[in-house]
Amino acid sequence: MSNLEQQVTTSPPGPFLSVRDLSVEFSTEDGIVHAVDGLSFDLRKGTTLGIVGESGSGKSVTNLAILGLHDPDHTKIGGEIWLEDRELTGADRATMERLRGNRISMIFQDPLTALSPFHTIGRQIGEVYRKHRGASKKEARERAIEMLSRVGIPQPATRVDHYPHEFSGGMRQRAMIAMALVCDPDLVIADEPTTALDVTVQAQILDLLKELQQQTGTAVILITHDLGVVANTADDILVMYAGRAVERGTVREVLTEPRHPYTWGLLSSMPRLTSSVDAPLKPVRGTPPSLLSPPPGCPFHPRCDYPELAGPELCRTQRPEISPATGHGDACYLSLRQKTEIRTAQIEDHA
Amino acid sequence: MAGFLVRRILGALVILMIISAVTFYLFYAIPRDPARAFCGKICRPETLDLIRHNLGMDEPLFVQYWHWLAGIFMGREFVQFGACPAPCLGYSFATQEPVFSAILDRFPVTLSLTLGASLVILSFGILTGMLAAWKVGRPLDKIASSSSVIGASLQIYFIGPLLAFYLVDTLELIPRPSYVPVSEDPVGWFTHLLLPWVVLSIIFTANYTRMTRSQMVEQLTEDYVRTARAKGMSGRTVFFRFAWRGAMIPIVTIFGVDLAALLGGAIITEQTFTLHGIGELAVRAVQNTDLPMLLGVTIVGATAIVILNIVVDVLYAVIDPRVRLS
Ligand SMILES: Nc1ncnc2c1ncn2[C@@H]1O[C@H](COP(=O)(O)OP(=O)(O)OP(=O)(O)O)[C@@H](O)[C@H]1O
Ligand SMILES: [Mg+2]
Repeated sequence: MSNLEQQVTTSPPGPFLSVRDLSVEFSTEDGIVHAVDGLSFDLRKGTTLGIVGESGSGKSVTNLAILGLHDPDHTKIGGEIWLEDRELTGADRATMERLRGNRISMIFQDPLTALSPFHTIGRQIGEVYRKHRGASKKEARERAIEMLSRVGIPQPATRVDHYPHEFSGGMRQRAMIAMALVCDPDLVIADEPTTALDVTVQAQILDLLKELQQQTGTAVILITHDLGVVANTADDILVMYAGRAVERGTVREVLTEPRHPYTWGLLSSMPRLTSSVDAPLKPVRGTPPSLLSPPPGCPFHPRCDYPELAGPELCRTQRPEISPATGHGDACYLSLRQKTEIRTAQIEDHA
Repeated sequence: MAGFLVRRILGALVILMIISAVTFYLFYAIPRDPARAFCGKICRPETLDLIRHNLGMDEPLFVQYWHWLAGIFMGREFVQFGACPAPCLGYSFATQEPVFSAILDRFPVTLSLTLGASLVILSFGILTGMLAAWKVGRPLDKIASSSSVIGASLQIYFIGPLLAFYLVDTLELIPRPSYVPVSEDPVGWFTHLLLPWVVLSIIFTANYTRMTRSQMVEQLTEDYVRTARAKGMSGRTVFFRFAWRGAMIPIVTIFGVDLAALLGGAIITEQTFTLHGIGELAVRAVQNTDLPMLLGVTIVGATAIVILNIVVDVLYAVIDPRVRLS
């Protein structure tokens, strides 16, 4: 079976991970939650995609869908997720189990709760290796020690037998990273990997991730609230709003010429080195729309300052698709010229 | 671990002292004089005093307690019975037999009953709870959950005779419950205690089914369980290797608390099936205002519970490595 797995496939050149029109719906007591709705994006081999967006915009839900970790009884998943030549939304359980931890792995936000308190670090790392590589206990343990030393944990041969509660927060996250990389995956999904850590440790963990990525050439999806993190670590950015992509492009494109009004809001809501100290930080006004009954039209229009510029009813009635289809694109009816004008005015205001 | 054990044992000794002192005191708060009971219908004051003296009841309370306590460790001398070697719990007021040997005679009955029932409760309760959680919302879960509600509402003195009537008298499937010493005939010991075990464990098992089910369901939503799935672990591995550990922690805790109730249930079960265990002694001691017997039964019962609780604590540390450090 594993021979079949590993046989060389002549996949057409194209993105390594391709998400097409993904939708994730949860049935709850209150109704159907449309957590992700019509999301498409691509990830190139060996690159880092930063996914940003407010809390509740569907970042985690999207990535759990890639791993197939949603409870099938309460979740309806639509659209397609292609990992090279394999479609994942329709894949069976055994296939997904073989992919997880092996070709796609995940680093969670809080390593204290995400690691099992009942098993040693070494065992938790080693069992992934045993499961996917059929390694013996001894080999798995040696591999765990090797991985611990690669993620910069001192005295790995001793530490391998410790339990998570004997590790500091930063070390736990390093162990989590070791666990994610133990089988040399092609894709690592890091869901806010530094949010639960001390500020001083955050930078170290991000540097480690970046370094390991350069060594191994794995692709990374980095989910974060922090545009600063994305600026330093990612190649591409996907801005999500209410379960949809509102803007995508390279880091340079999105951060220097943001096109979507929501991205403008995100950027002005965070401190910048370039703007003067007393320039006010403006959070995006209003609150995200209900996912139970999403408003018609552009999901951002109730919070947008410019809906009338695009025509009287357009934003309220029709949902914009992201355009152009490739490269730097955004989902907004304003013309490029209008956006440039508004943006220029905003920046002058700030200065 | 050794330090932990020493601390727990010292603490247990203090608890046992307090329990015995409180029992001692409470006994004297009962407005009934055992000396008068001994004395009979026509009782002269001199006789009463003599009996009091012989029973050691003319001394101050704390002196009496001290004699009793010292007797456990060093033995005692009695006017009318002679030497009572350590551990001495005195002589029964009612039957004149040495309390310690009376208890020792009956202890195996109660111990067999309690330990056997514990085993049934834990293995059966946890097993059915796990099965129910494994198939949440499916027929198996519904059956397990609803039968646990029925089980929890049953009473020992109701189902005991009922089951005895059908299984022993009518169908003659199992022998009438009695105590056969395990050293003489292990098979007889087992078959004769089967019904009492079942009856005593039914009400508790139901509880453990429910608790295990809800704990498992809750554990399955924990982050570390999701991580295990994200690593490619199969559903079964996640269920039985990861979630299981977390679910057992509260179960073991509750079991430690339930031990006392279980001993109480064992006493009712003994009464129901007329097994001659500690329960019978206790009931008779209360009826006879038999202070030494009452104290003896109380302290032996409390000691058993305290020891089992230490075992539970050790179990706890085995399950959860976080406990081992503190
Ligand atoms: N199992 C579920 N059942 C019902 N609703 C869910 C479920 N999981 C997520 N949601 C809802 O889906 C929406 C998107 O959640 P998601 O966790 O993806 O947000 P997020 O972008 O990761 O936010 P954060 O930055 O806070 O992590 C939220 O409104 C959340 O309440
Ligand atoms: Mg999230």
